[in-house]
Amino acid sequence: MKVGLFIPCYIDQFYPQVGIATLSLLEKLGCEVVYPQGQTCCGQPMANSGFEHLTSGCNTLFVNHFQDFDYIVGPSGSCVLHIKDHLHVPDREEKATHIRQRIYELAEFLTDVLKVESLQARFPHKVGIHQSCHGQRGLGLSQMSELVAEPFSKPQQLLQMVEGLELVELKRKDECCGFGGTFCVFEEAVSVKMGKDRITDHVNNGAEYITGNDVSCLMHLEGILRRQQSNVKVLHMAEILNASID
Amino acid sequence: MEQDHKEHSLLAETFNANESRVDWHDETLWWVRQKRDRMAWSIPEWEELREAASRIKHNVLGNMHDYLIEFEKNAIANGAVVHWAADAAEHNKIVLQLLQKQGVKRMVKSKSMLTEECHLNPYLAEHGIEVIDTDLGERIVQLAKEPPSHIVLPCIHKKKEEIGELFHEHLGTPAGNADPKFLTAAARQHLRKEFIQSRVAITGVNFAVAETGEMVVCTNEGNADMGAHLADVHIACMGIEKLIPQRKHLGVFLRLLARSATGQPITTYSSHFRKPKEGQQLHIVLVDNGRSRQLGREDFRNSLKCIRCGACMNTCPVYRRSGGHSYHNAIAGPIGSILAPNLDMKDYADLPFASTLCGSCSNVCPVKIDIHQQLYKWRQVITKEGYTKKTKAAGMHAMNIVLSKPGLYKTAGGVGRWVMRTFPAVVNNGMNPWYKQREMPAPPKESFADWYKKNRK
Repeated sequence: MKVGLFIPCYIDQFYPQVGIATLSLLEKLGCEVVYPQGQTCCGQPMANSGFEHLTSGCNTLFVNHFQDFDYIVGPSGSCVLHIKDHLHVPDREEKATHIRQRIYELAEFLTDVLKVESLQARFPHKVGIHQSCHGQRGLGLSQMSELVAEPFSKPQQLLQMVEGLELVELKRKDECCGFGGTFCVFEEAVSVKMGKDRITDHVNNGAEYITGNDVSCLMHLEGILRRQQSNVKVLHMAEILNASID
Repeated sequence: MEQDHKEHSLLAETFNANESRVDWHDETLWWVRQKRDRMAWSIPEWEELREAASRIKHNVLGNMHDYLIEFEKNAIANGAVVHWAADAAEHNKIVLQLLQKQGVKRMVKSKSMLTEECHLNPYLAEHGIEVIDTDLGERIVQLAKEPPSHIVLPCIHKKKEEIGELFHEHLGTPAGNADPKFLTAAARQHLRKEFIQSRVAITGVNFAVAETGEMVVCTNEGNADMGAHLADVHIACMGIEKLIPQRKHLGVFLRLLARSATGQPITTYSSHFRKPKEGQQLHIVLVDNGRSRQLGREDFRNSLKCIRCGACMNTCPVYRRSGGHSYHNAIAGPIGSILAPNLDMKDYADLPFASTLCGSCSNVCPVKIDIHQQLYKWRQVITKEGYTKKTKAAGMHAMNIVLSKPGLYKTAGGVGRWVMRTFPAVVNNGMNPWYKQREMPAPPKESFADWYKKNRK
């Protein structure tokens, strides 16, 4: 199984440790992983700002880099959803469709494709899960509190395999953190307030770490936590699932 | 309409200046969302009910012309007079003429978001006619000279102490009394006088049944009934999308409406108006005001399925923390943000961006409108039509150039991180909205691509 590793631009630039953890985890689980050099961005920052018509450059690059893989896996629900919903390249629609159908966010790749049932990982801490909206409501990584439907959670399923990890219950289990792409700067006041409120929920319930499947949300929460000089840390789920047993 | 207001982000920033008030507003509406959840869970077939409602409305939107003709025919047969208004101005003119014919200077109106949309009250005031809003929440904001901040809970932004002060000033209740029961009783006394004196009553319409020509108005206070039953003339104003094909479909919509809106099994009153009583006139004003234009926009057509329950507002994390007035539109929140650009794309260009696209609105919507997807699509339309700020457009073009060229991206990233490490003040300053209340991420020396090159191939 040949897996193309998709590392979104801001993870590449600011959170390389998340890329490393993702790669190492996939390799541990027996995947043949290749990171195509030269990848940049999925185009979402422009598209969500109303400039989807400017994303053809990003789309072409994405198809160039990922057309030949059995699966494409990325540690970001939001970027993966953007590709799934919006990747189109005129004259290369077959390749684009292949990618749209074969791209997975890391957690769903582990639960649905690799069907992981146990992990050699240990993380003896209290952890709160931040459900990123695009992963949750867009990709369906977990059941949504608005719907009258059976609960499930792929991220939780995986985190429960980690030795010593204790999940904390939240008052509002799937409220948006307020990152929202360029929303975080154009609607700064509401964005920060939403982030602060999410953090309060985690802190009040005893979380030492906030984890999730989207570094963008975590970056926003981390920015607020650091400004508050809080001891609570953020970690991408890959970093916890890859936390070594010794 | 001239732009005489600030954008959502600025109005929201002002709202956020008082953080404890934001917390109170957020918690109040979240409480309503939780009530809605409990009610939804009490019905095992909830999701099927939503699907049924969505499909019935789909049918209505696809056969709007026929249902309107059918409704008109049956309403006339029932003894009503049917008026057609192409836009807000025509609607207001029709209502004014009816009032002038009756020679009234003061009249009662129950809740109608359509008349808010058409700005009927100020129009009638200009012509010397005073409208008394009889929905308690609407009366409160009317006394405060403010527009409603929520379509179902018009004064949800007001604390009971503020309402006590308003009532003291306008209705003569004792100063400092903020007991909701007492204030409600005072309002009831005050409104009763208005009901008895009013010869004309305006109501909104929740559902208009094509098959029977009847209308259903849902209220918790019975104020629509009080007005309509006591007046000589009942004027019912409705948007043309309020139609449902048959009476039996009410069984779907009435079960959904109040559960979604306030977490009640049903509104206290679901009043059916079919025929005028003897000696009474019943006028129905059917209003388009951009609805047929929206019907023609394939991507946005479904927004006309809306039954005005307000569930999308109660669940919206942005609405809860920015307040209804920050949307500067009669209908606030997520649904307002997809309806308003159809009315005036320039004036409401900011609204589709007042969202994180989290998608909670689409999930609570009882008629399954894809609200967050329409927000995304409006963003594209607004940008293409040229209603985006030049600075933002320039930024996006620059971003596109960098992200489309891997070499440039790599260099820019490396240089950017070096600058952030070496001269943090370049980004950590007041010009950077991120930095105002958040730290920037710590820039690592090595990107993932650099690491991979060294450690894998």
